[in-house]
Amino acid sequence: MNAPVGQPAKIAIRGLCKAFGDNVVLDGLDLDVQEGDSLVVIGGSGTGKSVLLKCIIGLLHPEAGSIKIDGQEVVGLSGQALDEVRRKFGMLFQNAALFDSLPVWRNVAFGLIEGRGMNYKEAKAIAMEKLANVGLGPEVAVLWPAELSGGMRKRVGLARAIATEPDIIFFDEPTTGLDPIMGDVIDNLIVSCVDKLGATALSITHDMDSARRISNRIALLYHGKIIWDGPTEAIDRSNNAYVEQFIHGHAEGPIQVEPQASPA
Amino acid sequence: MPILQPLGRTFLAFLAAAGRIMMFTSVALSHCVRPPVYPRLIGRQMIEIGYYSLPVVGLTAIFTGMVLALQSYTGFARFSAESAIPNVVIVSITRELGPVLAGLMVAGRIGAAMAAEIGTMRVTEQIDALDTLATNPFKYLVAPRLIAGLTMLPILVLVADVIGVFGGYVVSIFKLGFNPSIYMQNTIDFMEAQDVISGLVKAAVFGFIVTLMGCYHGYHSRGGAQGVGTATTNAVVSASILILCFNYFITELFFAR
Repeated sequence: MNAPVGQPAKIAIRGLCKAFGDNVVLDGLDLDVQEGDSLVVIGGSGTGKSVLLKCIIGLLHPEAGSIKIDGQEVVGLSGQALDEVRRKFGMLFQNAALFDSLPVWRNVAFGLIEGRGMNYKEAKAIAMEKLANVGLGPEVAVLWPAELSGGMRKRVGLARAIATEPDIIFFDEPTTGLDPIMGDVIDNLIVSCVDKLGATALSITHDMDSARRISNRIALLYHGKIIWDGPTEAIDRSNNAYVEQFIHGHAEGPIQVEPQASPA
Repeated sequence: MPILQPLGRTFLAFLAAAGRIMMFTSVALSHCVRPPVYPRLIGRQMIEIGYYSLPVVGLTAIFTGMVLALQSYTGFARFSAESAIPNVVIVSITRELGPVLAGLMVAGRIGAAMAAEIGTMRVTEQIDALDTLATNPFKYLVAPRLIAGLTMLPILVLVADVIGVFGGYVVSIFKLGFNPSIYMQNTIDFMEAQDVISGLVKAAVFGFIVTLMGCYHGYHSRGGAQGVGTATTNAVVSASILILCFNYFITELFFAR
């Protein structure tokens, strides 16, 4: 881990453990994300990538371990204190998770109106600006989420994630379910939005093309631990049999594909 | 003892569920009374529960009042006690049939809709999204529904009482040949504040039960469309059974001497 001297990591995870019954998903996981980094956690389906993200944002409670955001311990926080930490976050969900009951612009403005108490007029202006950032015009703002295509939903989800100008943005499988071209478009939007905000990004995906495009660091999650972590350029000469197998997508290798129930 | 094992397991599962519901209720209630409140959301739920349930509850009430008059007539005519019909109608409607039938109809209409809506929000990660946007789902989704259920059901039941008594009146006058003014006079004479109030207390409790079950089962739904379907069924069934169960105990509280 390349922790710079004197500066604590933006996100520092130590010894994180999470199990669902007998199914141990995270088993003493350590991970650092430095400020301004864009780290992508790769790993097979059902290896606990989503569980890792949900632990960091406090949707799941780990059994053991520590998660520090800007040096502040977040494991065990609840109520107002947790909401305070969450105001630093933005998140793009796998299927965008837009609120069906609100039009597009209210979705984008949600964090501003409900989370920060901003008035509607101001929030709407910001929502329009963020929608423009992701390439959507004002005619989309009045549509309902059910009227949008998959790619547009992702764009709106991205606009919602960046609307509050968070320090840290999480991306849950940003390109899953999109065609390759739309995947590339979303990846580019992610890179430009993160750059513009100067935010720290943590993404999870199993799409290697997407991972290479949006990251400057990559970590491989296997059996509940990070077994490789390094700069994106170095991934092709990692000399790590697990990484080699994953990035080339071979069925044979040290990673055993076992049928496993997906938690949550 | 292989025979006792499943019994014990079922009993433990029941206790665990009861505990989870109690925890859910206490968290939900604490969010009902602490700021911030969402007047707009409460208003929307009030319209959904109160206004849009009026036709269903009204139709239920009018036919119940009508059949009540008709049935009591066949029974009471044998003892030449037809004059007791206004009494029977007003007491049965205000004490029992108004609140219970309105509660059951609303359980079918509102409980199911709430469980399906919140359940879908759960399985499509919209509830997680609320959390990440620093908005408490209890405050945003559950509290407005509970408040609306608690306040709108008594109003609905008041309307149902009036319509139900009117149903009995129509049948008595036009079919059974009662004198309108004597029927009205009897109805008013027999109407007691305690009967109406006990009915309204029941209504408030039932409104709370229906919305609580809808929210609870929706909030804890798992696993896609099938999970939402199960949650919807459970919400309606558990709300209906709890309504009938609480109906007995509230009646005992008010009228047992």
